Amino acid sequence: MARFILTRLGQTLVTLALLTILIFVLARLTGDPTPLVLPSEATEADRAFFREQYGLDRPIHEQYVVFLRNVLHGDFGISFRYREPAFNLVLMAIGPTLQLAGVSMLVAVMLGLPLGIAAALRPGSWLAAAVRAYASFGQAVPTFWSGLMLIFLFAITLPLLPSSGYGEVENFVLPAVTLGFYASASVTMLTWANMTEALRSDFVQMERVLGIPRRLIVLKHALRNASLPIVTYLGLQFGLLLGGAVVTERVFAWPGVGQMLVDAILNRDYPVVQAAVMLTAVLVMTINLAVDLLYAVLDPRVSRS
Amino acid sequence: MSATAEERPAGAGGLLGARLWRSGAGRPPLLATAICLLMVVAALGGGAIAPYVPDEADFTAILVPPAWAEGGSLAHLLGTDQLGRDMLSRLIAGARISLLTAGAAVLAGGTIGVTLGLAAGYLGGVVEAVIMRIVDAFLALPFILMALAFVAALGTGVGNIILVMVLTNWARYARLVRSEVVSIKKRDFVLLARVAGLRPWQIALRHILPNALTSILVLAVLDVGRAIILESSLSFLGVGIQPPDVSWGLALAEGRTYMTVAWWLTVWPGLAIVLAVMSFNALGDWMKAGFDPRGRL
Repeated sequence: MARFILTRLGQTLVTLALLTILIFVLARLTGDPTPLVLPSEATEADRAFFREQYGLDRPIHEQYVVFLRNVLHGDFGISFRYREPAFNLVLMAIGPTLQLAGVSMLVAVMLGLPLGIAAALRPGSWLAAAVRAYASFGQAVPTFWSGLMLIFLFAITLPLLPSSGYGEVENFVLPAVTLGFYASASVTMLTWANMTEALRSDFVQMERVLGIPRRLIVLKHALRNASLPIVTYLGLQFGLLLGGAVVTERVFAWPGVGQMLVDAILNRDYPVVQAAVMLTAVLVMTINLAVDLLYAVLDPRVSRS
Repeated sequence: MSATAEERPAGAGGLLGARLWRSGAGRPPLLATAICLLMVVAALGGGAIAPYVPDEADFTAILVPPAWAEGGSLAHLLGTDQLGRDMLSRLIAGARISLLTAGAAVLAGGTIGVTLGLAAGYLGGVVEAVIMRIVDAFLALPFILMALAFVAALGTGVGNIILVMVLTNWARYARLVRSEVVSIKKRDFVLLARVAGLRPWQIALRHILPNALTSILVLAVLDVGRAIILESSLSFLGVGIQPPDVSWGLALAEGRTYMTVAWWLTVWPGLAIVLAVMSFNALGDWMKAGFDPRGRL
């Protein structure tokens, strides 16, 4: 077990280190940021001073060391646009994104779990076929379109809900349904597969023979057995939700990291781009690592293989 | 693959299509196949099929509704946009961009990924460790975020978007091929080939690669759907395809402003994306059921 934990931890650290190299290389591909940062009336001496300060005049590997040291201190530079530390800006935006992802996850589970269980209970039925259709539709619908259609229906045609904004409970409804619907497709399929397996298992068959009520078997025993992989998967799904949140935030003008990242790209505000990408990466990788370790604790077979 | 096909070396099962037909996958999804073909025809035909030039404005026919709606005309079956451009022609032009970017991303990304995966799986050791850690780094982020990081550095437009999609795509192929190679190279026929004195690259190309081909093909077809979503997402966000080029995602973003007065501007491009992605996914799932009944992909 200890060996497994150390290996996974090591892998994560190596991946993170490689990711910093990747982001560093990408940042250098964009060229010299000096003209973007300094006003056009800056003198050549000003520019030289700036380059020296950010280490831009040094060899590339030294620049990387400077970059890495700054990143480890949470210093991604000053936003060209807002004249504030990029890291602080992204930290402020991460809250709304996590809230949206969390509520969407809830929606996804509330939709996906019952659908998956229902389909597993009646294999080959029209219900199972309908659930399959729902899942393949959900996987194919981009969130920017489902979001726009929901706005069209519930904010324009029937003016029931706000189409944008942040802060009130009703602001959550449309974005969370948009993102939750998208994520519910894979939750449905996963629940279906795991429930089918659990229902086939020897002990469930045994309980049937013993005449234990079906409802009890399904809810108490089969679901409990299927829940471990489902819960694990939900953790991994969180990364997917953060990705989907980028687009959803744009549709609903949600003040999250995704919105900030896209704005930063459009404004060539690279410190913010780097900070947003790095912070999300650390978040996603930490969650994945935690899920893996938790899974290994709950199911010791994992760490032995 | 059935148990008997498993022991056969080097894709000895005849044509892929025939093998699929005989496998347990059942009939191909006809509607999905038809939609995929329609999209390919639209992409190849382009200007020859489209009734109008997709980016030609016509200020005498602005925001004309679809032909069957009130105020619609048969001259523009699916209506026109805020500049009087024909929606059907724009959808066809969008199909072309979608398939061009998706196809390039799948082909180039697939080639790079397969090569690196083959090298990692066959050579093992340090090469494998280095390649696979790089693969992990490229897969560490949700693909849309990774793509945005690349866009920030490379810029927008068709060429850059293809490059971005290749960069976000290759790692999945490398991971798949590596795991296939690791399991294939332990099999008897590979050992035999080695004993017979074949060079490593000959074994890798002639004996290992053909056996991994079906999985690669399934991944590639499923990847087309993912690539269509990625391109349209980037274009919708304003960091993908740029005007005057036409993309479904871009059309959606432009049509959004007119949603209250012209629903067709946002409904058609969205439907096109959904139908295309569902069809490629259905095709891929069908192939997966035939080639990979144990669901390793």
